[in-house]
Amino acid sequence: MILRAPSRRLLLAGGLALAAAPFPARATPEAARAAMRAFAGGAEPRRGRVELDIPTLVENGNAVPTVVRVDSPMTEEDHVVEIALFNERNPLPDIARFHLGPRCGEAWVSTRIRLGDTQTVHALARMKDGSVWAASAELIVTLPACIEG
Amino acid sequence: MSRALVSVPPRARRGEVVEIRAMVQHEMETGFRPLPQGGFVPRLILRRFECDYDGATVFAADLHPAISANPYIAFRLRATRSGELVFRWIDDRGAVREERAAIEVA
Amino acid sequence: MRRAALAAVALAALGAAAAAWAQSAGGDARRPGSAFMSRETQAMQRDDKANPGMLSVLEGEELWKAPAGPAGRSCASCHGADAASMDGVAARHPAFDPARGEAIDLAGRIAQCREESQGAPAPRREGRELLALTTFVAHRSRGARVSTGEDARLAPTIEAGRRLWQARLGQLNLSCAQCHDDNAGMKLGASTIPEAHPTGYPIYRLEWQDIGSLQRRIRGCLTGVRAEPFAYGAPEYVALEAFLMDRARGMEMETPGVRP
Ligand code: HEC
Ligand code: HEC
Repeated sequence: MILRAPSRRLLLAGGLALAAAPFPARATPEAARAAMRAFAGGAEPRRGRVELDIPTLVENGNAVPTVVRVDSPMTEEDHVVEIALFNERNPLPDIARFHLGPRCGEAWVSTRIRLGDTQTVHALARMKDGSVWAASAELIVTLPACIEG
Repeated sequence: MSRALVSVPPRARRGEVVEIRAMVQHEMETGFRPLPQGGFVPRLILRRFECDYDGATVFAADLHPAISANPYIAFRLRATRSGELVFRWIDDRGAVREERAAIEVA
Repeated sequence: MRRAALAAVALAALGAAAAAWAQSAGGDARRPGSAFMSRETQAMQRDDKANPGMLSVLEGEELWKAPAGPAGRSCASCHGADAASMDGVAARHPAFDPARGEAIDLAGRIAQCREESQGAPAPRREGRELLALTTFVAHRSRGARVSTGEDARLAPTIEAGRRLWQARLGQLNLSCAQCHDDNAGMKLGASTIPEAHPTGYPIYRLEWQDIGSLQRRIRGCLTGVRAEPFAYGAPEYVALEAFLMDRARGMEMETPGVRP
């Protein structure tokens, strides 16, 4: 993905050692869907209420800043119980599950995740009433140049 | 012993929602890293993170190999009373790393 | 198609960040590596509670206070528990070591103190202990202006570094200067070529998932052009470090940097 080739020499440098992806790609969108179905239990995940904030272009798949926010009053009667992150192209579809409750005050989590490849990431939230809400984001994972051989 | 950096506001108003951050040294060895002689580096990750405050576990996380090395987790918490927050990371072998931070609630 | 469009947009955003930095820097057109990074990586570096390099600072602080060697002396016992005596020290290393009559970089200086002042075994280059101590000491220079090169006795070392910088190296027959002077800001694959200022070292590199030295970073560029890397601690690396620090004279230290 050389957008602007500075010179012929640098084009040659396309032969530079490129970093290895953090993972061999192995999971599939089907595996991710199965994991999400298991998380949702009987519920049909609905779009909305979940906001997934993750960079569109990732500089390095080893640490991708990821924030999930869920629209919820976080009261005793109505709150987020669990937030889960899934991916489609790492060896395993699961990334993390966060357990929350009314004492969190706000349904918001921030972490850093590994992504082995350009892919789609999903965030699902289960509410106290058992309903499940979802958001997803497509992102491009690039590899750094000039790594040790 | 690994190092941990937690961030808890030293003071908060009762009922205020504050941001809590926790970062800990750990390689989070995925189990998917091939060895030159064949096979894989055995998996060793922190699989669980917990935060106790005011008599209960108020936030927890189950972690998988897709969580970055030196895991960073931030979340929100409603300040209810002065006391200590206890952070706990538990690895695949059951080893526990604990860190504490105080909050004063007025 | 959609992927390509997304990439173009995001890459343009990276360029914009660097341009904004250049504007705010007044007359100085030099830009630290952090100016070439994505907003997310910049935020990670800026925030001490999110910057994973701070874990190494913490580790170094423990080592600073821990007794070592037969006499059980800590670095703190000679240099002070608060390490204020280390303020600005990283900003003037590599420095000239009169005892040896040659330049020594910060990690080398710390290793020397560990061996000679504490009588402890020589710490390994790129080993955890030396990296943590170096990161801790260099963090005390955060915000200090680079001054390596003001000492005239370093001139021959800097000159040796400049010659290496300009030499065609490796199977790709490229010099450091061709990338970092002539093509800084351009794309190489998906990476932006930075100006190679050494102001953030040791850095936490996401690619390494760990802290690492300037020598390790340069090693990456050497293998990148398919050149045989030098042994850690080699005078060639110290010369390149001295040259890069002199080239960055007046810029602010930002250890621990975060880099992709
Ligand atoms: C083919 C182009 C190329 C050549 C030749 C090259 N580099 Fe680099 N260098 C890069 C790129 C690209 C990066 C950034 C890599 C990344 O972010 O993944 C980099 C990064 C660096 C950095 C890190 C800067 C920072 O902000 O932390 C230093 C220092 C550096 N190079 C020094 C050197 C030295 C010294 C040489 C010669 C021995 C050299 N480079 C040769 C392309 C090159
Ligand atoms: C027995 C006392 C002693 C101990 C222990 C000791 N040092 Fe030193 N250190 C010195 C002396 C003396 C100097 C030289 C001071 C000078 O040149 O002004 C020095 C110089 C240095 C310098 C260069 C300072 C400069 O201004 O350029 C650094 C960096 C340093 N020490 C780091 C360390 C570290 C890190 C440790 C622990 C691993 C340590 N020292 C342990 C005595 C000690």
